[in-house]
Amino acid sequence: MLKQISIFVENKSGRLCAVMETLAEAKIDVRAMTIADTAEFGIVRLIVNDAEKAANALKENSFTVKVTEVIAFTIPDHFGALYDVIKLLGENGINIEYSYSLMGKNQKEADIVIKVADAKRAGEILAGAGVKLIEIEDVV
Amino acid sequence: MDYYMREIETAPRHELDALQSFRLAQKIREVYEKVAPYRAKMDEAGVKPEDIKSVSDLNKLPFTTKQDLRDNYPYGMFAVPMSEVVRIHASSGTTGKQTVVGYTARDIDIWAECAARALVSVGGSKHDYVHVSYGYGLFTGGLGMHYGAEKLGAVTIPASAGNSLRQLEMFRDFGSSIVCMTPSYAMSLIELMREKGLSEADFNLKAGVFGAEPWTEEMRREIERGLGLKAYDIYGLSEIMGPSVSCECTAQKGMHVCEDHFIPEVIDPDTLEPLPSGTPGELAFTCITKEALPLIRYRTRDVAALVYDKCECGRTLVRMLKPQGRTDDMLIIKGVNVFPSQIEAALLGFDGNATNYLIVVDRVNNFDTLEVQIEMRADMFGDNVRQVEEYRAGMKTAIDSALGVGVNVKLIEPKTLARSMGKAVRVMDNRKLKNTFEGGKQ
Repeated sequence: MLKQISIFVENKSGRLCAVMETLAEAKIDVRAMTIADTAEFGIVRLIVNDAEKAANALKENSFTVKVTEVIAFTIPDHFGALYDVIKLLGENGINIEYSYSLMGKNQKEADIVIKVADAKRAGEILAGAGVKLIEIEDVV
Repeated sequence: MDYYMREIETAPRHELDALQSFRLAQKIREVYEKVAPYRAKMDEAGVKPEDIKSVSDLNKLPFTTKQDLRDNYPYGMFAVPMSEVVRIHASSGTTGKQTVVGYTARDIDIWAECAARALVSVGGSKHDYVHVSYGYGLFTGGLGMHYGAEKLGAVTIPASAGNSLRQLEMFRDFGSSIVCMTPSYAMSLIELMREKGLSEADFNLKAGVFGAEPWTEEMRREIERGLGLKAYDIYGLSEIMGPSVSCECTAQKGMHVCEDHFIPEVIDPDTLEPLPSGTPGELAFTCITKEALPLIRYRTRDVAALVYDKCECGRTLVRMLKPQGRTDDMLIIKGVNVFPSQIEAALLGFDGNATNYLIVVDRVNNFDTLEVQIEMRADMFGDNVRQVEEYRAGMKTAIDSALGVGVNVKLIEPKTLARSMGKAVRVMDNRKLKNTFEGGKQ
């Protein structure tokens, strides 16, 4: 499982910049990013090398931050690879709330992050089916 | 130029003075005897009923405020037994507690007479079709104008507010010639007319009295053009009576106060000293004929000026210029009284936590908008958009139902609202309301 940090930002120019500035100053290595946006606000989600340190640096700078657990896995680069994993989760009644991709170390494979209600159980199902799970050591 | 009661409306100042003085002295004796809170206030101020002989003695008397009505909720300030009361109305309060007002049969009759005067002063007569689109109910607007129109002998159309398309059909089919409504409702009807391809030529409207909320000279022109009528300002508050405490005449240069029933004063809200004619200050009214609830020097919190020179319509009754604002933090949004404390209470009631907020009031295309900006706290934030939107919707519902008016809730980042050393700035009113009467001294 991976720790993800989510940051509440108003949907206006300069806010993402302020988040990144804070992280740069704290020497945080950002490995993945996605932004969920609405007309008025956005939620920036990040996978970083040190989630606790990043969250603290952001809180000190008055950002609203939440640390959540997500799972990430590697899939081989061939047709249907992602389908197989998602089908497996679906068959086990696991709903994916959102998903994005992660910068993998191996360019022949793709790394996918998913958010589910029960990360532990989803991880067990995937591991049981032979899907390669990613831990923080794998991305930093 | 027509008058409903020529003798009073055009009376020389010394005659009005004499009438007011006689009625004031009598009313003060009565409230001292019958209203315990007044007796206590006067005793405390060391004023005896016999000290009040004329209008010039008015400033010896203590003021009355909305707090007095709250302290004596619901009927403690009434001067007659409840068996004499035939009607009550109520207005919204800051914390859900309403201000209750009462009327005897004679009070209702005088109110109707004042409203009839108002309708005549905007050119109405028994040949008119008076279409009342103020809300009927505890709000004084609907029933107040309704009784006035009937008293005048006009055809009275009790349309009440809402069901806008139907309102337009009635304008067309019933031959409405005078309308009574809030200016913002008039604006929304004009919008609807455009949507439905209707024009003012489809109607027979000639005049409208618009009140219960602040509006600008710009809106007046827009309403006049849109509905094809002359738009007049009307003023009133339930504590004193309701609409028609004062109303504009066809000169459109200030609202004539029914001075034979209410003595208006303009005071400095800080020193409480009376201010000279033409100087804006807080309006206070003394009811000199009201039976059920005769309030003495009631502080309205509305800021306006009084001008005593004779009007081109021939009326001698003092004119009050369009109110320019409030001395308290009350906001009037789409005709609804809103206090920032209500929003604070609703937010606290929603999740039990103090939240930093800013109320932003604006006027977009002549419609009031109310936005509440709320600083996002960590415990309000749960990583996904749906959860944040649900939280926001929950807060919106809490505020909407507390205020009775729709708000937009905007979530903002923490510590972005300005903080001063003392009290945080809670309200930003961006509406630009100009004083619309050029003749008024500033």
